[in-house]
Amino acid sequence: MPTTSRPDGAPRGRPAGDAAGLGRGRAAAFVAPAVLLIAGFLLFPALWTLYLGLTDYRLTGLAAADPQLVGLENFERALGDDRFGDSLWLTLQFVVGSAVLGQAVLGFTLAWLLRDRRGPLRRLVEALVLLAWILPSSVVAFLWIALLDRDGGTLNALLGTPGTGWLLEYPMASIIVFNIWRGAAFSMMLYAAALGSVPPSELETARLAGASPLQQLRDVVFPRIRGHVLTNLLLISLWTFNDFTPFLLTAGGPDGRTEIMPVFVYQAALSGGELGFGAALSVLMLLVNLAIALVYVRLLRRRKDAVA
Amino acid sequence: MSGDTSGDTSGESGHPGGDVNVDLSVEVRVDAGRTAAGSGRAAARRALRTVGRYTFLSAVLGFFALPLLWLASAPFDAAPSITAALPEFTLENFRALLDDPRALRSLGNSTVLAAGTGALVVTLAALAAYALSRVRLPGRDALLYVLLLLSSIVTGTAAMVPLYNLAFELNLIDSQLGVILVLSGGLLPSAVFILKDFMDGTPRSYEESARVFGASPLQVVRHVVVPVVRPGLATIAVWSVAQVWGNFLIPFLLLRSPDKAPAAVVMYTFYTEGGQPNLALIATFSLLYSLPVVAMFLFVSARYGFRFHGGIKR
Repeated sequence: MPTTSRPDGAPRGRPAGDAAGLGRGRAAAFVAPAVLLIAGFLLFPALWTLYLGLTDYRLTGLAAADPQLVGLENFERALGDDRFGDSLWLTLQFVVGSAVLGQAVLGFTLAWLLRDRRGPLRRLVEALVLLAWILPSSVVAFLWIALLDRDGGTLNALLGTPGTGWLLEYPMASIIVFNIWRGAAFSMMLYAAALGSVPPSELETARLAGASPLQQLRDVVFPRIRGHVLTNLLLISLWTFNDFTPFLLTAGGPDGRTEIMPVFVYQAALSGGELGFGAALSVLMLLVNLAIALVYVRLLRRRKDAVA
Repeated sequence: MSGDTSGDTSGESGHPGGDVNVDLSVEVRVDAGRTAAGSGRAAARRALRTVGRYTFLSAVLGFFALPLLWLASAPFDAAPSITAALPEFTLENFRALLDDPRALRSLGNSTVLAAGTGALVVTLAALAAYALSRVRLPGRDALLYVLLLLSSIVTGTAAMVPLYNLAFELNLIDSQLGVILVLSGGLLPSAVFILKDFMDGTPRSYEESARVFGASPLQVVRHVVVPVVRPGLATIAVWSVAQVWGNFLIPFLLLRSPDKAPAAVVMYTFYTEGGQPNLALIATFSLLYSLPVVAMFLFVSARYGFRFHGGIKR
């Protein structure tokens, strides 16, 4: 293919970079279908959630045909409801335990231990960790149900603790461990990429100066990868907060002891049929999500200020 | 560390890059006792560390392998139980798949949903990402970030109720098209975001020369841009197919009739419906249902190397 001698990005008479001669009109036409779909099935439902939260809309009955505006009643009810507080508290335990502490720490440790290794051990560890991540969620849910089963579960057979119904006796701990297993791969890969950005010469210098691995981590590695750490924590916190997979393991039970927010919304809105109340819960969930995002954005900005 | 930390080496200058940065003022505290002592203790410590590392890695291997054992053993076990055990080898269990009409049909349904969503996401995201990469539309970057944040928040659980209502109003309850549209709306922002990175990285001179030879913008996109960014398109295709293949909530929410249910939902009903679960069926179905994503993943990592691109960077 012939090439022109003109350097990239400096076409005459058109906006910079518009090499195909799209122009604004055609560019807008290219963007339009995607924007329409996003607007229809992402933005609009989000806004609709706000509106529905203000109504007494129900799945069936009188309020289904003619929902009335009830103002902030749903929100007052949610905030005064013990189940909401409990659910939020459970979600917090789930996010902190399985994402912030579990996935991030395990993922980083694996990335750190495997960083300059080649060969079968590394490939085996990576393959298994990734497998846990890519398998369909309803399959892994059943694998864990089988593993933790009271009567024939592999775990009981291994530990010699027959009759322990892990999902019934330790439901929260079970879904936390499950989610660590499920999601550690993402953190491992992200930190492996991040560790690649730490210049080996700095680590070498630190090592020659006699720094222990922990000191190397604290003084050389962490200052370099702080941005990656924050990105990682933001993403896995949001994902875990909105994760519906624990429903497949425990369906929120026993006695609502694993009724994290997504499960609570589902139970209230679609099992209970109170769509308006469920929407109000969704809005509160969105607000918590937003708060999580803002905390991380602020931390990121502080980091940039500190460096600049 | 103990009180005898003496030699603080800070601000080492041997960094080859030379970009002076506050991060570089590395503070390393040296344990003076250790440098003076012989290498015996250091060697012992190193050996201990090695033992510790291998112990830890073995524990991790066990932890990650344990739940997967059942998936490897039960499908081939003549008498599958819920416990993972060395199987008495047989392929008889796979007959259960053929006996249950839901099994293969649900995999077909999953294929329809995944292929439809994948095609829609790749096409629309490629067009949008190309236009956004080449033409400066007002408010482009802010829009991209807002959408990305929104999609990671809204997708699925938080917008459950209005998604259900929306599908109801549009007559899309129990319609596979409805599921495809909802899933595409949720995946598109990230897809556009990642693809735009690929587009930004392609040289513009090709497109310019194609223009010189009289190609129309659409021809340029089809014959020049698409071949160049094919790895990016493949990444997005695989990513969206994998997302849809495993998605449980949206089809669970929007599809009503059992014969339209995809594998994720059917798998769930296999082990939650009343009565004795048919373990031969569950085991073989799990395996068959998992294989496509595993195969796709292996293909991508062999062909393009599985690594983070775009979206995730500082």
